[in-house]
Amino acid sequence: MYAQLVETGSNKLKTLDEMDPEERQFQERINDEIKIEPKNWMPDAYRKTLIRQISQHAHSEIVGMLPEGNWLTRAPTLKRKLQLMAKIQDEAGHGLYLYSAMETLGADRDEEIDKLHDGRAKYSSIFNYPTLNWADMGTVGWLVDGAAIVNQVPLQRTSYGPYARAMIRVCKEESFHQRQGFQILLTMMQEGTDEQKAMVQDSINRFWWPSLMMFGPSDENSPNSAQSMAWKIKRHSNDELRQRFLDQTVPQLELLGCTAPDPDLKYNQETGHYEFGEIDWQEFFDVVKGNGPCNRERVEARRHAIDNGAWVREAAVAYAAKRQRRAA
Amino acid sequence: MQNMAQKNIAQTTQTPLTDCLLRLGDNALVLGQRHAQLCGKAPALEEELALMNVGLDLFGQARNWLGYAAELMAAERATDKVDADQLAFRRDAQDFRNLLLVEQPNGDFADIIGRQFLFDAWHVHLLDGLAHSSDPRIAEVAAKSLKEATYHLRRSSEWVIRLGDGTEESHTRMQRALNNLWQFTGELLQADEIDQAMLAAGIAPDLQTVATRWKATVEEVLEEATLERPSYDAWMYTGGKVGHHTEHLGFLLAEMQYLPRAYPDATVW
Repeated sequence: MYAQLVETGSNKLKTLDEMDPEERQFQERINDEIKIEPKNWMPDAYRKTLIRQISQHAHSEIVGMLPEGNWLTRAPTLKRKLQLMAKIQDEAGHGLYLYSAMETLGADRDEEIDKLHDGRAKYSSIFNYPTLNWADMGTVGWLVDGAAIVNQVPLQRTSYGPYARAMIRVCKEESFHQRQGFQILLTMMQEGTDEQKAMVQDSINRFWWPSLMMFGPSDENSPNSAQSMAWKIKRHSNDELRQRFLDQTVPQLELLGCTAPDPDLKYNQETGHYEFGEIDWQEFFDVVKGNGPCNRERVEARRHAIDNGAWVREAAVAYAAKRQRRAA
Repeated sequence: MQNMAQKNIAQTTQTPLTDCLLRLGDNALVLGQRHAQLCGKAPALEEELALMNVGLDLFGQARNWLGYAAELMAAERATDKVDADQLAFRRDAQDFRNLLLVEQPNGDFADIIGRQFLFDAWHVHLLDGLAHSSDPRIAEVAAKSLKEATYHLRRSSEWVIRLGDGTEESHTRMQRALNNLWQFTGELLQADEIDQAMLAAGIAPDLQTVATRWKATVEEVLEEATLERPSYDAWMYTGGKVGHHTEHLGFLLAEMQYLPRAYPDATVW
């Protein structure tokens, strides 16, 4: 999940009777599963919530390039290097169409990116963890893209048209990334040396819990969920999605021949679901507040790229203006 | 024993054709690696995509050229132990045959674009000649690579013009990059024994022709960019084509080759 703790600006849901005619018409449209398009009237809070969510999602794609970029120069074969570079490029592409979807709501890309750089906007907590060995390139694809897909599949039906359509494309590419990530791990586990196998287990140990945290706080601590669900921006609760992710991931973990760093993880025959131990929510909130292992580094890297490129962008603008004058 | 053999893979005598393929493959590989280092550092999101596009093309080309070189080397030595990955990740700097130009560090965006443009303007004309090679496999790879390089040249030319004719600052930076990189262009245009052997066999084009076309492209773009072209008679730093590199290549390889070197027993990744 690339958007966490998105503020909706409301703690209490209005009933249809409490709404004025415009808002009522809007809510009815949503209830009837008709997409909201950029030109339709929408409540200010819906617009703001979406801008926050889509920008957070876009920022996550862009910041998410960094932990993988960390290993791009050290990818061990030409094939893996090509795969990883293509994956990172896809992420830059996802960032671009998400920013475009966000701009249909009247937001400005540069302003939203400024908010990322000065700490006002968030991105997914997962990208604040370091990538420390090559197996992390497999784990990030398998667990992180895997968790993102579980969240994004329902977003393909989200109520805002441009966001839903962007998600359809993103989901296709991310399923591919997820399989590729799993393949990296499986190759090392099945044909690798003991050292390579140890890399895989170490990587899973580090990314397991942060991946589960990607779905955001548990339902009882998720104050914005009710409004987001009523607007059908969100269609399933955080805990529901987390469970779905876990149920599909544990059999894959077993196929790898690896273990999870959770002594309480077990299958419940009666419910047909896996049960898991307590998530360290203190760690989650610390990371969200800026106190994760790489928060400062990630934002600094983004700010640095944009600041260093200022003269390039100015030159492009100046040249375009000159050309226009010459053509006139 | 096997490790020693691997280590010295390119130092053993090789045919001019193998050397020619290593030059092509190493140019693409080393310049591709410079692009990999740029990930997350582009001046705009659109450029992030474009830089990685170029990088992907270059790594793809490297895989094709080195794959062919590896097959020839394996046949020469009656072994199946050589492949493109071994050539990329197990050779030392002195065995690399890339141009000094492509191993130069990234620097600022003007350095990146200057390096790319001077290379693309040469690469396009070289590939155009190689697409008519008497060796059908080379002709095929070159024809595919030419399409990619044509796009690379269009993009790098546009940036040279934009930066050269943009602001005062961008003009100064672009001119400085060009002046610094110019010393590495000599070996692009100077044919040596390998180039001559390839020409005689009808495998590669005449570097004289490539040089004439390179100069025409460079002059046209620099003029539009309002940039001053350094002199063709300037002193030139050469050696990449025979394995005498600048200090930068060793660090690039140390990073790129780290995993296969640190885990020599790993056969798959």
